[in-house]
Amino acid sequence: MKHWRKWIWWVVIGGPILVFAIWAIASNERLFFVTLLNSLTLGSLYFIVASGFTLVFGLMRNVNLAHGSLYLLGGYVGFVVAERTGWWLLAVAAGFAAAAVVGLLMQVLIFRRMPGEDLRQTMVTIGLSIVIADLLIWIFTAQVHQMDPPALLAQPFRGLPLINAYSSYRMMLLPLGIVIGVLLWLFLNRTRVGMMIRAGVDDRGMLSASGVNVNLVFAITFAIGAGLAGFGGVIGAVELSMVPGEDTRLLLASLIVVIVGGMGSVTGAAIGAAILGLAETYGLAYAPTYSVVFTFIILVLVLAFRPRGILGRPA
Amino acid sequence: MSAANWRKAMNSGAGRMAMTARPAPVASISVLTGHRESEPVSWIGFVRGQISARHVIVLTLLIVYPFVATPFFTFQIAAQALALGMIALSLAFLGGYGGMISLAQMTVAGIAGYVVAIFGTSASEAISLNWPWWVVVPFAVAVATIAGALIGWLSVRTEGIYTIMITLAIGVAFHYLTLQNYSVFNGFQGLQRVYPPTVLGIDWRSPIPFYFLCLFFALAAYCAVKYVIRAPFGVALQGIRDNPRRMRALGFHVTAHRVTAYAFTAAIAAVGGVLFTWYNGLVTPGSVGTSWLINVLIIAVLGGMRHPIGAFLGAIVFVLLQNFAIDLVDRERFNLVIGGVFLAIVLFSPDGLVGLWMRLKRRFGGVESR
Repeated sequence: MKHWRKWIWWVVIGGPILVFAIWAIASNERLFFVTLLNSLTLGSLYFIVASGFTLVFGLMRNVNLAHGSLYLLGGYVGFVVAERTGWWLLAVAAGFAAAAVVGLLMQVLIFRRMPGEDLRQTMVTIGLSIVIADLLIWIFTAQVHQMDPPALLAQPFRGLPLINAYSSYRMMLLPLGIVIGVLLWLFLNRTRVGMMIRAGVDDRGMLSASGVNVNLVFAITFAIGAGLAGFGGVIGAVELSMVPGEDTRLLLASLIVVIVGGMGSVTGAAIGAAILGLAETYGLAYAPTYSVVFTFIILVLVLAFRPRGILGRPA
Repeated sequence: MSAANWRKAMNSGAGRMAMTARPAPVASISVLTGHRESEPVSWIGFVRGQISARHVIVLTLLIVYPFVATPFFTFQIAAQALALGMIALSLAFLGGYGGMISLAQMTVAGIAGYVVAIFGTSASEAISLNWPWWVVVPFAVAVATIAGALIGWLSVRTEGIYTIMITLAIGVAFHYLTLQNYSVFNGFQGLQRVYPPTVLGIDWRSPIPFYFLCLFFALAAYCAVKYVIRAPFGVALQGIRDNPRRMRALGFHVTAHRVTAYAFTAAIAAVGGVLFTWYNGLVTPGSVGTSWLINVLIIAVLGGMRHPIGAFLGAIVFVLLQNFAIDLVDRERFNLVIGGVFLAIVLFSPDGLVGLWMRLKRRFGGVESR
């Protein structure tokens, strides 16, 4: 019985997608595969940003709605550093560090003072996101900033079957996302701090009762989560360019990724990011005016049948 | 139930109690139901019981106000604050009495505004259907109410902070839909020149009639909320806010109550949205964008969600800041000011201005009021 139901789901969801894929490949195979690459690389960026969001949420039950602002902050800091020094790697490190420091300050100065008050913490992050966004507009103006890709990746990647040439920077995003995912998995599953974080996700009270300094674990997690947003910001600064408004876009992406994938699960974030990237990019390529509707339908379907997300566990 | 789940339930219950420090829900229910059973109050008796001297004073001031103030203060400040206050009131009711913070209330208001613009008259001849106003306005409110109920139906599957996330996602998705779609929503430009009609020889767009139009509906919404809070439905809703599990055990249909609360507030937000669209004279993707979704939350939190009047107080402060922040700080730094004020309120007075007022009253020996 159960076996049958699983099959029905595969047919109901996979069937239309398969039909669409066959039709799209038959009509214009290059467009289909370029879109596939685009969506996977965009999903990779979404994963990097959203994994920080889900990490913080999983441990602290803190919906950090300032996550998008941290993304933008990291991007701008990376932009300035790259302009001054010309080193792309240094820019990435600076973006990560800047966002991590701001995240750390938020945790130490504000959230530690209101433990257990989820709603109030969330409202504070809303206030912070408004203030940070306005400060960034003040400093960097509302103009579009775009970073140059590192010299090594400036040339397009040639010689691919079907597609011919593809931006090598975008191409790099895919392995980068995978590397970050693997590193995060190793960190969470193979190190002592990661073990503490996982224990904290399951039962905060028990973790602190067994003698672990929970505040320290919280601070580390928040710094890493915020840092990932800043890291994504620098990467996105090349890919998507930086303007006020990008922060809400990435915040929305993180929210949807985490809702679809399941809150607090890094693997779930990877699945959610891939789904969102595919839905958004294919929507834009094949039905431009309604691309948001596809994302929304996915959100509705997931909420209707799996309210906690695909890999979500009871909170 | 496993031990971990049980502990979590206990913790969250205790946390919520500590956070809001409301009177014990069960006691208030029994008192109220007892009250209802012992003396079935009639409509008029209920109204008379609710009105006191300060209500009369405030109402008189509100009626005299437009004849004293300049058109700028009547239209730009007061009428806007009343329209925004209604939208914030819908959120304050949901959040304060239903325990559900929905960021999609502005989306509901925006849907009402878009329906008025699409089915009524606007500058975009190709889109607007030019229906008469007495069909369009009730239709807009109905559509927005249904939309609000659907949003509620989706988001009541989740609780607490999850609700914020999902309603935010829904709201932003609608924003992008209006932004990207040109055939119905006219994209970035939105629909311009959406004005209130001229009825009974009065141009309802001129400041004083528009003020009274807003005042009438704002008062109606305020009274409706006041009434519902004391009605069996509202009392049950507050019970569900405080302990859904116990209410379910008592035989209440928790989901139905929550979705009904969404529909009720959606109707208020829709009327507010129509008025706000008329006030602006246009409806654009910007008016359902993230900043407005959050502004409504700011207004509700600023005023305080523990009393329906808070939404209107918050709206007045918000509109005053919006208009005069330029005099206080550098131009264009309004968001910094409003964000800072919001942060200060959330950090230092979680119950907003109403909470601040009650604290002052208590300190200076006033009577404890509800």
